[in-house]
Amino acid sequence: MDIPKPPGAAPSADIILSVEGITKEFSTVRVLDSIDLAIERGEIMGLIGENGAGKSTLIKIISGIYQPTAGTIRLNGEVVKIGDYSTAKNLGISIVPQEFNLINTLTVYENIFLGNEIRLKSGLLDKGAMRKQAAAQLLDLRMPVKVDRLIGDLSVAEKQMVEISKALMLHARILIMDEPTTTLTGHELETLFTLMRQLKAQGVTIIFVSHKLREVKTICDRVTVLRDGKLISVDAVDSIDEKDLARKMIGRDFTQVFPTKKYRDGTDIVLHVEHLEVKNLLHDVSFTLRRGEILGFAGLVGAGRTELFEAVMGLRHVESGSIAVEGKTVRIRHARDAVDLGLAYISEDRQGKGIVQNFDIPKNITLISLAEYVKRHLIDKQAEGKKASHYVKAFNIVAASQKMALRYFSGGNQQKVYLARWVDTNPKILVLDEPTRGIDVNAKREIYEFIHMLAAKGISCIVISSEMEEVIGLCSRVYVMKEGMVAGCLTDEHINEEEIMFHATGIKGRKAYG
Amino acid sequence: MVDSLEKRSFATALAGYFRNFKLNEHATGVGFILLFLLATIVGWPNFLQFRNLTNILRQISYTGIIGLGMTLIIISGGIDLSVGSMTAFTGGITIFFLNLFPGDSVLAVILSSLFAIVFGSVCGLFNGLLVTKGRIAPFIATLGTMSIFRSLIQYFSGAGNILSNNNLYADIGSGVFLGIPVPVWVFIAVAVVLHIVLNDTRFGRYVCAVGANEQVARYSAIKVQTIKLIPYVITGFTAGLTALLWSSRLNCINPSDCTGYELDAIAAAVIGGTSMSGGKGSVMGTVMGAVMLGMINNMLVLGGVSSYLQQAARGLVIIVAVLLQYNNKN
Repeated sequence: MDIPKPPGAAPSADIILSVEGITKEFSTVRVLDSIDLAIERGEIMGLIGENGAGKSTLIKIISGIYQPTAGTIRLNGEVVKIGDYSTAKNLGISIVPQEFNLINTLTVYENIFLGNEIRLKSGLLDKGAMRKQAAAQLLDLRMPVKVDRLIGDLSVAEKQMVEISKALMLHARILIMDEPTTTLTGHELETLFTLMRQLKAQGVTIIFVSHKLREVKTICDRVTVLRDGKLISVDAVDSIDEKDLARKMIGRDFTQVFPTKKYRDGTDIVLHVEHLEVKNLLHDVSFTLRRGEILGFAGLVGAGRTELFEAVMGLRHVESGSIAVEGKTVRIRHARDAVDLGLAYISEDRQGKGIVQNFDIPKNITLISLAEYVKRHLIDKQAEGKKASHYVKAFNIVAASQKMALRYFSGGNQQKVYLARWVDTNPKILVLDEPTRGIDVNAKREIYEFIHMLAAKGISCIVISSEMEEVIGLCSRVYVMKEGMVAGCLTDEHINEEEIMFHATGIKGRKAYG
Repeated sequence: MVDSLEKRSFATALAGYFRNFKLNEHATGVGFILLFLLATIVGWPNFLQFRNLTNILRQISYTGIIGLGMTLIIISGGIDLSVGSMTAFTGGITIFFLNLFPGDSVLAVILSSLFAIVFGSVCGLFNGLLVTKGRIAPFIATLGTMSIFRSLIQYFSGAGNILSNNNLYADIGSGVFLGIPVPVWVFIAVAVVLHIVLNDTRFGRYVCAVGANEQVARYSAIKVQTIKLIPYVITGFTAGLTALLWSSRLNCINPSDCTGYELDAIAAAVIGGTSMSGGKGSVMGTVMGAVMLGMINNMLVLGGVSSYLQQAARGLVIIVAVLLQYNNKN
């Protein structure tokens, strides 16, 4: 692809972008502390750190979304002031955001050219030219996406391709990818990496923000670690291993992510689902859950795991089948019924279905159990605040103030608040759907330990996860789902990546609809 | 942390308050004070006279009361355009009901007062059912009922005034208690009650949650449809109150009365900081918003500005208020 040189490019310099002494404060909180970082032209630079380490803030400063409190940014050796994101784009810096900025009701090429439409002399849109150029670029990048498809019909991976293509159409020389792999499955990840290598070959510099150390090791040339707003290290990936990176991220010795598995499966069954049917989504799903066990649900994205537990929680219409809680057949018509029976479901979609962004910590925690805090029709806010303090301490939630709206907190802390909300309902059965998605290693481990602690108290936990090591590391039994059905149930030594994959892809176990 | 906060002296707390003072969080209060000072200067000395102030309050109490209910609807993520028509409709039907009783009967006045409130609530319930059971967008549903209510009262009245035969009825609307007009007392009472409902009850909390993110509310076992329905009923209730106060003020209803009330009610809420996208708002803000609208009118009248320009001034204030609240976000 023919990419024109950005204006003012110094021919000899191989540092394309450097930040010097970048500091950022929000009111009085210092989130970035004099960061110095130089990025070489054409490299893939990994940027890692726990949630709240300052990764997002740094990339927002580089792309002009935030203004630094102090420090300078140099592009091709020259000091630049990046006042807003459109300035950044003009300078050749683009972000591929974690949450896509695409319009579902428009087509692929309309999105790629959004804001930069090609027009005819008459002022009308030159759809032909846009379609052609978009198709040429997609072909060039070997992206198998048709330009006339609606964004709403695309998969997450395809949307990401469109987002990347959109950035490149603006002649991006520096591409910042904010946790691009969070929602991708195995082969989609491979496709993304191939694409990234290809972009690198074309001279595009990539800043790759991630939580996943293995991916950083695979794709990056160098890796920068941030912790508590400070720059900890910059290393070539070949000279450092995953454990060292993890240690640098959390700032202490890092032994093992998963607590030792303890089999304490009781014999009594607390949840028994039989022959559950949900139109077009679930077919003849049966499973059992024992008291105090940690049960896994594995499978590919879209296998129906989330839908299954939404149905159990009364959030979806169940056509037929039966649900028994502690031996008693129950009817769950509304999530309230499920809560009253001691069921809890922590959704995978924390932003969309979990937390209330503009509520503070106490309001978020008591959302479901609010009736407990009502005295003579009025909410006892003191009791509410006390309970919140209790959870803040117990869950190690890092909060400058409880009264701050939740949108100002990092993903890990939001997740803990979300967990606390459900724990406050005193559940007997806790379903955790992708409980560690988009949170850092340290918070992950805390959540694993927390799940073990609940199980030890006799609370039965179900963990839905697309990260195989998570179900393998945590669960004593694992159901694998495929296309809305249970493909099989694995126990003991059968819980391994191979078996799970064989069941998830249909090589082993119950076959598709029939 | 709470302990250390309490131990801090009042002075440091106060200093901290002003250090952390953010204009956009207090835009309504600041705007209110500025406007009050401006009105005092422009309307000197008449503006500050007790009679003038109570008069302003009386004028804004009719739409203000409705604005209080509207605030709940907007926070829950809805809107109600039908309140003006609903008020005229309820007022008219209430006078028909009142006229069923012969003479100046006290019982008739009491029954009619109850009737107005119940009738208004039922109208609100109808709106709410269209939105929740019928799943019609609130804007469309209430645009429909706005036409329906207005048309019905015009039909029933034969497009003429509906006169009451009961002279006692007028005592409600034109009554004064402790020097303050009855509608103002009602406004204050409803404001206090709804303020508590919004801030200190489970229902109020759920209204905010539903308005902020309906999905989150649904996944948190909140009965979303019920929570969305009730604010319409409350708003119908407030429209019923206004219908009662308005129809008894002149002891008559004209079928074209109360036109445009919905806009004043929405404006009061918006000026008071309630977010049109839902999830955030305050009843006290709406009270200030309503009073601000009244002060502007009053100031312009006292300043001798053409009445044709008054609407422009109101429009300007609405825009400035919203600019102050939202533009500082980034």
